[in-house]
Amino acid sequence: MDDAALIELHQVTKTYQDGPSAVDEVSFSVRRGEAVAILGPSGSGKSTLLNLVAGLDRPTRGTVTVDGLRVDGLSEAGAAKYRRARIGMVFQFFNLLDDLTVLDNVLLPAQLAGLPRALSRTRAHQLLETLGIAEHAHAYPGRLSGGERQRAAVARALINRPALLLADEPTGALDTASGREVRDLLTQLNQDGQTVLLVTHDLALAQSCATRTVRIVDGRIASDTAAVVPEGAAR
Amino acid sequence: MSRGRRGSAGAAVRAGDVPGREAPRARRGRGGALGRVVRAGVARRKVQTLVMVLSTMMAVTATVLAGALLTASRAPFEHAFAQQNGAHLALQIDGSKASAAQVAATAHLPGVIASGGPYPQVTIDHGTGDAGQFGTMDLPPLTVVERPGPGGPLDDLALTSGRWATAPGEIVLSSDFFGPQPTLGMKLSFPDLSGGAVLTVVGAAKSVTGTADGWVVPGQIAALRPGAAAPAYQMLYRFAAAGTDAQVNADRAAVAARLPGAAVTGALSWLTAKLNAERGNAPFVPFIVAFGVLGLVMAVIIIGNVVSGAVGASLRRIGVLKALGFTPAQVVRAYIAQALIPSAFGIGFGVLFGNLLAVPLLRKTDLVIGTASLSVAAWVDIAAPVGVVALVALTAFAPALRAGRLRAVDAIAIGRSPTAGRGRTVRRLLGRAPLPRAFSLGLGAPFARPGRALAVAAAVVFGATAVTFALGLVSSFQQIQVGLSRDGASQVSVDFAGGRGGKSVMHVAPVGGAPAAPDPATVAAAIAAQPGTRSYYGVGSTQAAVSGLSGATTVRLLQGSAAAYSSPIISGSWFTGPDQAVVPTRFLQATGASVGSTITLTDNGVKVPVRIVGEVFYLREGGTDVITDLRTLSAVDPSAHVGNYEVKLKPGTDPAQYVRSLNKVLHPVGADAQDNALDRHDSTLPILDGLIAILTAMLATVAGLAVLNAAVLETRERVHDLGVYKSVGMTPRQTITLVLGSVVLIGLIGGAVGVPAGVAVHRYVLPVMAHAAATNVPQSYLAVYGHTEMVLLGLGGPAIAILGALLPASWAARTRTATALRTE
Ligand SMILES: Nc1ncnc2c1ncn2[C@@H]1O[C@H](COP(=O)(O)OP(=O)(O)O)[C@@H](O)[C@H]1O
Ligand SMILES: [Mg+2]
Repeated sequence: MDDAALIELHQVTKTYQDGPSAVDEVSFSVRRGEAVAILGPSGSGKSTLLNLVAGLDRPTRGTVTVDGLRVDGLSEAGAAKYRRARIGMVFQFFNLLDDLTVLDNVLLPAQLAGLPRALSRTRAHQLLETLGIAEHAHAYPGRLSGGERQRAAVARALINRPALLLADEPTGALDTASGREVRDLLTQLNQDGQTVLLVTHDLALAQSCATRTVRIVDGRIASDTAAVVPEGAAR
Repeated sequence: MSRGRRGSAGAAVRAGDVPGREAPRARRGRGGALGRVVRAGVARRKVQTLVMVLSTMMAVTATVLAGALLTASRAPFEHAFAQQNGAHLALQIDGSKASAAQVAATAHLPGVIASGGPYPQVTIDHGTGDAGQFGTMDLPPLTVVERPGPGGPLDDLALTSGRWATAPGEIVLSSDFFGPQPTLGMKLSFPDLSGGAVLTVVGAAKSVTGTADGWVVPGQIAALRPGAAAPAYQMLYRFAAAGTDAQVNADRAAVAARLPGAAVTGALSWLTAKLNAERGNAPFVPFIVAFGVLGLVMAVIIIGNVVSGAVGASLRRIGVLKALGFTPAQVVRAYIAQALIPSAFGIGFGVLFGNLLAVPLLRKTDLVIGTASLSVAAWVDIAAPVGVVALVALTAFAPALRAGRLRAVDAIAIGRSPTAGRGRTVRRLLGRAPLPRAFSLGLGAPFARPGRALAVAAAVVFGATAVTFALGLVSSFQQIQVGLSRDGASQVSVDFAGGRGGKSVMHVAPVGGAPAAPDPATVAAAIAAQPGTRSYYGVGSTQAAVSGLSGATTVRLLQGSAAAYSSPIISGSWFTGPDQAVVPTRFLQATGASVGSTITLTDNGVKVPVRIVGEVFYLREGGTDVITDLRTLSAVDPSAHVGNYEVKLKPGTDPAQYVRSLNKVLHPVGADAQDNALDRHDSTLPILDGLIAILTAMLATVAGLAVLNAAVLETRERVHDLGVYKSVGMTPRQTITLVLGSVVLIGLIGGAVGVPAGVAVHRYVLPVMAHAAATNVPQSYLAVYGHTEMVLLGLGGPAIAILGALLPASWAARTRTATALRTE
C-alpha cells in the first residue's frame, strides 16, 4: 500500500436487502493527484461504490479509508462533517437546489461548515469567475443551461477545498458541447492537483481526464489500467 | 425543467402511487376500485389519518358537551315546571288581615289562569331533629304547609322517598331541605310550641319552585301554630303573563291590591327558582360553547389542510386514476371518502368521550333539578356527529373538487413540474442574515407555501387562544372561589351555638343539654386576647322587607371596620357607616335599584332608609341579600345581633394551631372556631377545572397535530432536497434545526396573535358566564394576565409548533442520503 494513498478500499462489499451484492469484495486505492475513472455497464455498482467513498452509504463488509479517516464506521453526523470538509460531489442531474440562487447554492457547504462569511463569499466569487458563470451568480438554477448548471455544481463541490472530488456521470445529462466543457473543466482541475474519482459511461471523458481507469462488472473489478491519454487530444 | 422537482415527484410515486400496482385492480370493477383507492389512500397516510381522527374527535367531544350542558341547564327546569304544574307565584298571606274566602277570591282575578289553595301555613322556629344514633340537629326555621295530597291544581309534589303523610303527626320534608334522602323516621320536635309538638318524617318530596320546607295533612297546622299567632295562608297562582321579573311583580301587585293592606307577607316567584336551578350549570355553558366553537373552527382548518395536502401530494396519482378511466365525480367522491372514513372514527370516539365527560356534570344537574336524567339528550348525540360529518364533507369538498376538475394530462404534468417557488426574495434575504444556515433555510420554508403556512398558523393561533383562555379561566375561578367562600377575607370563623350567623350547624348533642348561647362580648374578648389575631368582625343576619322586592329579604349585618371588603366590590364602594349598604348584582336586577339609590328596609314594622353605596360579588342564598352595618337595624330589631365572628390572622400564624388554642377558651363558653380553609370545597369548580384542562389539552394537541401534519407533508415533499443538503455536509442536528426552524415563525405568529385573542375571549366569556349566574364580576377577576404570563403564554405558540415538528424533524434527520438521492 502506498503512503500517498488518499482513498483506500479494502474488500468492500455492499449488499442491499436479499439482492446480489451491488459491490463485491472490491479493493483498490487512489493516490493523491490521481484522476481515476470508474467505467462499467449500468447497474454494475459504480454509483454504489462512489456513495461508499462519500460516506453516503455504509459497506456491508470491508473498510473504506479516505485521507486517513475510516469512513465506513462514521456516524451520520461524522459522515456529514467528513463530506463537508474533505469531499465535493458532482451528480449527473446536478442536484442544485432550485430555490437558491447559484451563489447561494455554491455557498451552502461553506455556510453549513460555519466558515467565515467574507472568506467563503470571496472564494465563491472566485470559483464562479474561474468556471465562467460569474454573471449567473444571482440567477436561479432553473434559468441556466445544463453545462452552466453542472459548472455551478462543480463550484459548490469545490467551495470547501476538498481533498477529493467525486463525480457520478457528470456529463451524463449534457449535450455534446456542454459535455465537452465539463470534461475540460475536470481535466484542468486534475492538472491543477485536484484528486478526482469519477464514474462515467463517457469514454471521451475517461480518456481526457483520467490518469487511470477501473472497469467494474457485476460489482467486481474487471480491470485496473493506466489510462491511455493521447497526447494533446483533449486540449 | 429541473431535476430537483422530478426527484420530488418521484418520491411521491414511491410513497405508494406505483401505477402498475393500481392498474389491474382498478379495472376490475368501478365500485370496488373506488373503495380500494379510498382504502389505500387512508392506509398510506397514517399521520394525516391520525390527525383527522383526533381533530374530529375533539370537535365532537366539545360539541356534545356543549349541547348536553345547554339542554341540561335550560330544558329540565322548564320541563319539570310543566310536568309538575309549577306555580308562577306563591304568596304568603297574613290570616289575621285577610280571610280564607278573601284569599280564595283572588283566584278569579283577570290574568290568573290557575290557582291552588289557600292552604294553611306556618313557620316554626327552634326545632330540633332527632335522627337517633346520628345525633341531634338544630333546624332552621321551617315553613310547613297543609296539603291534602301530593297532587293539586298547581305545584304537584313529586315524592322522592318514603310516602305521603296520611295522619296527624306525620310530615313530608322538601327534598331541597335535607337532600333527596332525609332520614325517614326522624323525629322533629318543637319545644317552643305548647304541648311540645313532635312530627315524624315519613317521606321527602320535591316542589319544582320550592314552595315549602314540609307538608302535613289538613288540620295539622293549628297544632303547630305558636301561642296566639295569627293564621297564615299559602296561595299558588299561574298567570297569563309571568315571563319576566317585572311581569311577576305586576301580577303580585294586582293580587295584593285585592286583599286588605299588608296582608301579603311573602312571595316566591318561579323565576327565582328557575334562576337557582339554572345557576348550577348555566355558567358552564358559555365557556363550553367557546371551546366548542374553537374546536370546530380548528377541525375545519385541519381537515381542509389535510385533504388539500393529500390532493397536492398525489396529483400524479389522480392523473393516473383518471387515465385509467375514473370520472371526475369518482375522484371527488374518493377524496371526500378519504376524509370521511377517519372522521367517522373520530366522531365515534368524540361521542363516547363527550358522553363520558358530560355525566359528572349532569350528575350535579340532577341534584339541582331532581328530574333531569343522567344521560346526554339523544338529539345532541345525533346532531353533533351529523353536524361534524357535514362539516368534514363540506371542508373536503373544495380540494376534492379541485382534484376532480384536473385534467389527467395536467395532473401528471403538475405532479412533475416545479411549482414556481414562492417567497424567494424573502428567503434570499434570510440567507444573508447572521443566522446558522440550516436555521435560516428552515425559517424561509413557510414562504415557499404561504397558503399551507397560514392554515397551520391559524391552527396554532387557535391552540394558543385556547390555552390562554383556559389559564385565564382557571385563575379567575380561583379568585371567584375565594370570593364566594365563606368570607374570603377571613381565615377563621367563630360560631356560637344557637347563633344564626352562617348556616345550620349539626353537632352531636352534648350530654346534659346544650349550654345557653354565649354573650358575643365574651367571645369577642376571647378572640381579641388570642395571640395571632390581626382583626375580626361580627356577622349577624335578620329578615326584613325591602321596597320593590317581594317577600322577606335576608339582611346581612356586619360589625366592625375589619368587615370592609369582605365581599369583593364590583362597582361603587364599601359602606362607611350605618344606613348605607352594599348589595349583590341580582338584588339590583330584581329591584331595579342602582348604586346610589336609596331603598327602604322594613323591620319589625319600622321603615329604615338605606343608601346603596356599592355592588358586590356575592352569590349566597338567592343572591338578593342586603349587606349593611349592624347599627343600621340594631336599634329597631332585637334579633339583629352578632351570630358569629370572622377572624383575620397576623401573617405567619398557622390557622390550625390558632383554632386549637382559641377553642380551648371558646368551647367552655359554647362557641366554636373553625379553619375556613376546610370550608372551601365547592364541587363545581374542580369539575370546571378538570373540564378546562381536558378541553385545553385536546385543543393544544390538535394544534400540534396540525403542525405535525404540515411538517410531515413538507419533509416528504422535500426529501430530495434534504438528500442534497446532506450530500454537501448537513449534519442530523442541522437537519433537525432546519425542520424546526420551518415552524418557528408559524409558532411565533400563533403566540403573538393567539395570546391577545385568548385574553379577549376571556374578557368576553367570563362576564357572560357570570351573567348566567346573575352577577357581574369585579374587574380584578378579569385582570388575571400579567406581563410575564403573557410572554410565557406567547412562547406557548412556538412550543406547540416545535413539539408538533419534532417527530418529522427526526425522521428527516434519519433518512439515508443515498436513498433520498436515488429518487433520480
Ligand atoms: N438503495 C438501493 N436499494 C436497493 N438496491 C439498490 C440500491 N441502490 C442500488 N441498488 C442496486 O444495486 C445495483 C447497483 O446499482 P448502482 O450502483 O446504482 O449501479 P450503476 O451506478 O453502476 O448503474 C443495482 O442492481 C441497483 O438496483
Ligand atoms: Mg449510477
